[in-house]
Amino acid sequence: MIDHDSAYDGLIDEDSHGQWAFGTSFDDPLAGVDTTVPDDVDLKALAAYCLMLGDDALISAQRLTQWSTRAPELEEEVALANVGLDLLGQARLLLARAAAADSDTVPFISATSPVPAEDALAFFRDEGQFRNVRLCEIDNGDFAQSLVRLLIFSTWRLAIFDRLRSSRDPVLSAVAHKGIKELTYHRDYAARWVVTLGCGTEESKRRTVLALGRVYPYVAELFLPTTEEMSLAAVGVGVDPRDVREEFDSVLAQVLHAAEIEIPTGSSVGTVGGRGGRGGIHTESMGILLAAMQAVARAHPEGVW
Amino acid sequence: MTVMERSPREIAASVLDPEMPLLTLEDLGVLRDVTVAQDGTVVVTITPTYSGCPAMATMRDDIAHKLHDHGYVDVEIRTSLAPAWSSDWISEEGRRKLRETGYSVPRPARRRPTTGPIPLTLTVQPRTIACPQCGSLNTILKSEFGATLCKAQYHCSDCLEPFDHVKEI
Repeated sequence: MIDHDSAYDGLIDEDSHGQWAFGTSFDDPLAGVDTTVPDDVDLKALAAYCLMLGDDALISAQRLTQWSTRAPELEEEVALANVGLDLLGQARLLLARAAAADSDTVPFISATSPVPAEDALAFFRDEGQFRNVRLCEIDNGDFAQSLVRLLIFSTWRLAIFDRLRSSRDPVLSAVAHKGIKELTYHRDYAARWVVTLGCGTEESKRRTVLALGRVYPYVAELFLPTTEEMSLAAVGVGVDPRDVREEFDSVLAQVLHAAEIEIPTGSSVGTVGGRGGRGGIHTESMGILLAAMQAVARAHPEGVW
Repeated sequence: MTVMERSPREIAASVLDPEMPLLTLEDLGVLRDVTVAQDGTVVVTITPTYSGCPAMATMRDDIAHKLHDHGYVDVEIRTSLAPAWSSDWISEEGRRKLRETGYSVPRPARRRPTTGPIPLTLTVQPRTIACPQCGSLNTILKSEFGATLCKAQYHCSDCLEPFDHVKEI
């Protein structure tokens, strides 16, 4: 019998599970969670919706992680990494939910692939299959730009998750109940920084105003509903993003007022034939982000340890 | 036939948290339920502290191994996401161990509105935190984020020691 209290025994454990090298050994993050969906819910739409919410979190987490080793202060590096880890956790649950609702969403790797479904979704989809809004993928820019983006993202996502608590899908409801606790302090953290920067030095203000000017054109897309969002909102499973616009505007106005910064009035980034990030149309930044995120996993798709 | 000396509940409750191994999973409040099905399968339900808690896989493995080592062959570990974990679930015993190890323990978590928008908090809500080393209330919040998702970093202005505060959530 192996004494599992000794770390060294693990090294000679011949009863290896053969876990995929790039995921965790936690085979199903939804194990034992009630995944029953009401009969009138379209599973394909539910899967697409979970991919949208999951991809928003995954891509945001990837951007936040890029601050590791290069944030202005150690405390802020730890903070940004913590926020990224929370979002990665949300992404994992949502991508697993998407795979459980519709296995057709999961890319086929090989018949012997050890890759769990949510990891296959994260590492083996191409750019056009990602459904995140473009706000999440644009470059980090400077610290001000990353914090302005985090403020906008967490304000929007918190308002949506707040409403998702009453979703008729038990998994979405549970993810939302858990997620709002996290998103609440993400938003508070980002809002405090935006106020600090806006009311700080001339230089911090200048940079924050510039940052808002770069990020704000991606706001309109957050409130363009997809057919899946509308159909799922109609049956009490999803949220129509248009319903949170007023709350979003009010929170952002409160923060920007305190930060002594005006809301930009410039035009928004357009869509291509009506499609934006949700429709698989991404910015130039996305390919570079995905290359960094996926290259190692794709080079060793069968890697186990 | 193997004689089961300890109940599955006792065994699962004694598994240590991988990130704060001074606490058991029961102390931390992540162990939600232990039942034995009719066919003898031990069903253990745990809940993550935070969505991204990286210790869940290790907790799962540790519970299964410990039960196996005590003769329970069929073990199923389930995840529960709702209700979401709260620092209020850390037991009195857990709080005592945290204090003895130099952690500052969480106060009661703030209640969130069940309906209506979640209010924005633009100023840090000051906690009155006593230094776990010297008891001084003259302490400074260094960061709301720390070495694990559940901790904030503080510094004592009297004994000059840094310490971790387990956050209210």
